[in-house]
Amino acid sequence: MENSAGSAANIGHLFRRQHGQMVAALTRIFGMHNLKLAEDVVQDAFCRALEVWKVRGLPENPPAWLMAAAKNRALDVIRRERTARNFAPELDRLLRSEWTLASTVDEHFGVNAIRDDLLRMMFSCCDPAISEESQVALILNILCGFGVDEVAAAFVSAHAAMEKRILRAKKILAASQALFEVNSAGEFAARLPAVHRALYLLFNEGYHGACAETAMRAELCREAIRLLREVLGNGRGAVPASFALAALMCLNAARMPTRKDRFGNLLPLSDQDRSLWNRELIAEGLTLLEHSAAGMDVSQYHIEAAIAAAHANAPNTEATDWRQIVSLYDVLMQLRPSPVVALNRAIALGQSDGPEAGLRALDAIGESERLTHYPFYAAARADFELRLGRRDAARRHFNDALSIARNPDEQRYLAQRLAACEGGAPARKNYARNGAPGEG
Amino acid sequence: MAEFAYLYRGGERPASPEQSQQIMQKWIAWMKELAEQGHMIDRGQPLERSGKLVKGGSRSITDGPFAETKDLIGGFTLVRAKDIAEAAELARGCPILERGGDVEVRPIMQMNM
Repeated sequence: MENSAGSAANIGHLFRRQHGQMVAALTRIFGMHNLKLAEDVVQDAFCRALEVWKVRGLPENPPAWLMAAAKNRALDVIRRERTARNFAPELDRLLRSEWTLASTVDEHFGVNAIRDDLLRMMFSCCDPAISEESQVALILNILCGFGVDEVAAAFVSAHAAMEKRILRAKKILAASQALFEVNSAGEFAARLPAVHRALYLLFNEGYHGACAETAMRAELCREAIRLLREVLGNGRGAVPASFALAALMCLNAARMPTRKDRFGNLLPLSDQDRSLWNRELIAEGLTLLEHSAAGMDVSQYHIEAAIAAAHANAPNTEATDWRQIVSLYDVLMQLRPSPVVALNRAIALGQSDGPEAGLRALDAIGESERLTHYPFYAAARADFELRLGRRDAARRHFNDALSIARNPDEQRYLAQRLAACEGGAPARKNYARNGAPGEG
Repeated sequence: MAEFAYLYRGGERPASPEQSQQIMQKWIAWMKELAEQGHMIDRGQPLERSGKLVKGGSRSITDGPFAETKDLIGGFTLVRAKDIAEAAELARGCPILERGGDVEVRPIMQMNM
């Protein structure tokens, strides 16, 4: 008991971590329609932990303490409410009898059972009836234990709007009686792409999203990787696309520490100190990419991971194989065409074939009106103009980009680029200046 | 040196797991500080929010809670300080204050008057 204070700093985000497992296990027992009840029980267990631990100090094994608190509370709730409420259909009968109640609940609080429940909840959250953005919000809220305020902050959204979004999505979840069944091979495979997509979006929200706070962004990326590990940990989830997605996350996450300088300013790829890239993550990413090559399946994630690998393998921007990167973007345009992919392709083309070719590729982007709120579209054009020595045009486009910057980081970055147009010296023949900092 | 009881009252419930954990860690740090400075007599105990009330006269037994949540005593700690001024000053570091709760500081009566 007295030990506690010292280790208090080392429990990381224990409560957040436990939240997903506990809600998932309880929902499995109570039934999906009782999601709210499961969340209340977890909230209650956290409150008890807070009250007791704050005075008595941390227990020996905090996660086990929390699980036990949730389990005991679940038994109370079931005993009190089993006449008035139905629980999970397949367990309901077992929960009604005192002969089987405790052992049934115990069994569902076993380590392996909980891991499966976490996956069941993850797959449930990716219900096609729920919009992709809401799926990500749900995953953050339920599985990652983010409060509504924290989810809203991650999306730079208003609290009320986010609360409504999450409640609406939970209503859809609660309309189904049971969690998604991960033991059915067919259903698992059918839902898996949606799960990949949601985790990909979660990662991107952290990596490219509008939220300016670095700690929050790193946290989102870490959560995406953690949840994807759970998917890979299940035999059915260990398919090429899962490995490719994991590779993509590791390879990009490896570059995160260098995306800003020590003053917190965003750095373009060309100015990043590559010696600071996380070699361990790069090695892990490359291994995962090898694993992903099994079979004929080539997903969007394969291509994006290959692009990230091309950057990770290059000693500097000049020695980067831009031609290969352009052709990877060509494939990506076939698999998942979007104006943002086209923009990145144009930027890579500008590196391999020069600024005129880059500008021509920018002009050729279909549906470019969808990029009007994306500051790096105008910034890419400005960079090409600057490299061609046309300072006035560059200045104009940087100003356009600056006017739609989404956060202070982007504002500072674009203001610096704008200032570069003013200098007397000719623009540095610096490649990979274009586009979003840190992007290829 | 005199002895005092801190009675903790009220305080908002945390809105997220992360918040719960942060509050808890602040408490642990505060308690540790009290102990390291030699003020701690007994960390005390948290109290359940429900209970029974036994009333005089009829000796009737009724259910709690006895007050609004904000007036409920959630726990206590026994500390040692030079005088009540110091005990009160120390209590100003209590994390419950950040969440709208309060700390009642009461001298423990001395028996050997």
